[in-house]
Amino acid sequence: MKNISEITINEQWCKSCEICVSFCPKKVYEMGRFYPIAARPEDCIACKLCEKLCPDFAIIVTAPEKPDLNKK
Amino acid sequence: MDYLQYLRLDKMPHIWCDGCGHGIILKSILRSIDKLGWDKNDIAMVSGIGCSSRTPGYVDFNTLHTTHGRALAFATGLKIANPRLHVIVVSGDGDATAIGGNHFIHAARRNIDVTMIIYNNYIYGMTGGQVSPTTPSRKKASTAPYGNPDEPFDISRLAQAAGAAYVARSTVYHVGRTDKYIEQALTKTGFSVVEVLTPCPTSYGRRNKEGTAVDMMMAQKANSVGLERAKNMSEEELEGKIITGVFVDKDQKSYLTRYNEVVEQARNAK
Repeated sequence: MKNISEITINEQWCKSCEICVSFCPKKVYEMGRFYPIAARPEDCIACKLCEKLCPDFAIIVTAPEKPDLNKK
Repeated sequence: MDYLQYLRLDKMPHIWCDGCGHGIILKSILRSIDKLGWDKNDIAMVSGIGCSSRTPGYVDFNTLHTTHGRALAFATGLKIANPRLHVIVVSGDGDATAIGGNHFIHAARRNIDVTMIIYNNYIYGMTGGQVSPTTPSRKKASTAPYGNPDEPFDISRLAQAAGAAYVARSTVYHVGRTDKYIEQALTKTGFSVVEVLTPCPTSYGRRNKEGTAVDMMMAQKANSVGLERAKNMSEEELEGKIITGVFVDKDQKSYLTRYNEVVEQARNAK
């Protein structure tokens, strides 16, 4: 099972400032025609910097559930 | 955390321009409140007029949108009438230091127990980019088309000199540090000020050729100097730099404590 963060972009609220595209440390985002696209969600480390820096409350990152290490 | 639980969703999306840092500061405030676990009904948010002062319109606390510069006067009354409330004042640089300049220094002097978050974008953004008391020298504004001849106010130093209990400065780029400072300011008893520098790409950046919001935030990163490091730097080296950090963190009696002491003394005198 792959652990991929779920990235939701609210296109109704996004104003295309490109802050998420520029500041993502893993370069997950790419700019689409009008709105950013989470092009490489598999690279996301769920640091949530894009969520913190999005001025428009348009990005929500849900981190994948941590694998249960005690489980055998 | 879920930001949406603190917002008035019918008012969204907000009116701030693309790339405006005000939304980032609002998120910092919400994160700090969420971390402290305060109830929404125990918080009162007060503002004056300006871009930054739109903030209370979007949050689901007890909110008050008052006249230009007078947010602190209303907040003082609110705190004295109901000391149980956590009163947060949000204000812009012009609102806090020009129109409300006297309220600001006297609230700091009297050490009224409110938290003030100042969004400093160097300009009056909403009314068309007029020069504000914090516009840096020689920078352009709509009322200073050839450059601002004046020296700017240093809000943190002003608050420090006026006697505030907690003063810190950060930028929207340093979002983690902003969270920390706002949380410390919220829990502080007495007048606490957090000045957050925020890019205004529409009114300030465009006139001064500072590029997009991303360029302006990268400039914040490049120009920020910590308070400890700044102590060992000369005046020339600090030219154009942003000194960030906690300027003041001291314990002193708040206005309410002093007021109650006077009441107690007067009762005993009879």
